[in-house]
Amino acid sequence: MFMSKSIKNRSMLEIKGLIKTFFPHTINEVKALRDIDLTIQEGSFTAIIGTNGSGKSTLLNAIAGTFIPDSGSILLAGQPITFWPEFQRAKLIGRVFQNPFAGTAAEMTIAENIVMAMRRGLSHPLSKAVTSKARAEIKERVSVLKMGLEDRLDNPIGTLSGGQRQALTLLMATWLKPKILLLDEHTAALDPKSAAKVAELTKYIVDKEKLTAMMVTHSMQQAVDLPDRIVMMHKGKIVADYQKEHKQRVRIPDLLATFDRVQKKELFDESVATLLREQYV
Amino acid sequence: MNLVIGAFTIGLILSLLSLGMLISFRMIRFTDITVDGSLTLGAAITAVLIAAGWSPLLATMVAFVAGMLAGSVTGLLYTRFKIQEILSGILVMTALYSVNLRIMGRSNVPLLDTATVSLPLQHLLSQMTDGERYILLFGWQVPVVDMAAFLSSLLLCAVFAWMLSRFLQTHFGTVLRATGNNVQMVRAQGVNNNMMVVFSLALSNGLVALSGALLAQYQGFADVQMGIGMMVWGLASIIIGEALVGKSGIGIAIAGTIFGTILFRLLIAIALRWGLNPNDLKLVTALFVFLALVAPRWFKFVHVKINKKSKHA
Repeated sequence: MFMSKSIKNRSMLEIKGLIKTFFPHTINEVKALRDIDLTIQEGSFTAIIGTNGSGKSTLLNAIAGTFIPDSGSILLAGQPITFWPEFQRAKLIGRVFQNPFAGTAAEMTIAENIVMAMRRGLSHPLSKAVTSKARAEIKERVSVLKMGLEDRLDNPIGTLSGGQRQALTLLMATWLKPKILLLDEHTAALDPKSAAKVAELTKYIVDKEKLTAMMVTHSMQQAVDLPDRIVMMHKGKIVADYQKEHKQRVRIPDLLATFDRVQKKELFDESVATLLREQYV
Repeated sequence: MNLVIGAFTIGLILSLLSLGMLISFRMIRFTDITVDGSLTLGAAITAVLIAAGWSPLLATMVAFVAGMLAGSVTGLLYTRFKIQEILSGILVMTALYSVNLRIMGRSNVPLLDTATVSLPLQHLLSQMTDGERYILLFGWQVPVVDMAAFLSSLLLCAVFAWMLSRFLQTHFGTVLRATGNNVQMVRAQGVNNNMMVVFSLALSNGLVALSGALLAQYQGFADVQMGIGMMVWGLASIIIGEALVGKSGIGIAIAGTIFGTILFRLLIAIALRWGLNPNDLKLVTALFVFLALVAPRWFKFVHVKINKKSKHA
């Protein structure tokens, strides 16, 4: 009991002073991340919400290594990954993308796709990939999805629906337990029924494997239902953070109210305030 | 019959070129024009080494390694120095022209009356036929030399096709195929996709150089011009193969490519026999590839039109 409690309180991800500006010194300049500090506890499930362009996905991509930040540091499971290339981080990170076609290789079979996930971040030796032993393991774990895919292991994955592919991507991302699971609006492109199914599956896998997860979502309902922490971002900054008991009480109207408050406040954000002060005082 | 045996032999030899291009074109989706240079590179190295008294097998292996080097250079230009795909290939191909001239010392090295990789088989056949110069095959007299060349090409082609098919089904090969299919996914699985591209191009051009090495030994010379247009040739062969047997599955794709190459060579041999001017060969090949690329889209267009009409009716 004591042991499990001490593990619960350990931080899995520590982000300090993260800054990223795209297209600096041009008219298209975007300050995507402005000095982000965020600590994620081991075994926690965090939702990141915010308007379009608030920097939610950029934050996730910064952790995944799609780009290198201008300044700041990222510590994942005690490893300083700030400057690691994307493929090297895959050892520690499982990812599911918004585009249901992004997480799998369409022309290859279900079995071949999963076999690659079975060695995420490991070496890919010159031995046969889809062995009968691997096939048995795949069959067993795919049947958990209850989609009948275990009988179609040799079909190209491109023949499946978006929902089925996203469910498989989720399974692949968690096949080897990742230090952190990054979900980037992974249900947004699905029809409502598939979206609900994938959301339910997400909850099931994260709970069962006791994963640390971060989920970017546009769905307020999902943000309230699935995770145990909600972080709200706006214009590249974290503007609200609901945790533990506080999170339990949060309802959708509360989130919407916070959104409104943030957006009203924005009329007089720091830069505007400085400008006014300079001109009128 | 000699024409057919000859076409089959060249077809089998060029299958290695097509198999190499199957890796670059179809698996990692890289339009690699290095091929035109690396085919000649393989031929040049083998010709010079055999003329210098090396064992043909060893000379052929050196050609394979040299081809791999040429392919890696293209791969590095593309991944490391961020030069466009086509341009990377063009740069290496152009540079190889001079390299090949340097290797050969002149534009043409003859290989008459020298040993080739088919020599052991030739000896074996001679022993079996008690020193006859001709073998009777389905009632035709086929020279032992040609038969040996045909059988050794068949053997080499089969061995490499089998190894390639086994390789593509390993963990490494699976990742290689996925790299052309979905780079984002491959990176998310912790694979250095740039490394995969460099390796694939090396393997691809190794096979192409091997094909050049065998071709030089079969036709009895290496020429600095012999690689020109070979990329289009290989592409035509791959397309024919896909039309013949489809592309579902690795084994099928490989077998299709080999069949396609042989069939294309046979068609060309027949066309030449019927009086096609050899000077027009490249034009015909290019036209063929153009049609093969456009025809499916055109059929779709017609299909849509028909559907529309039936809807209005």
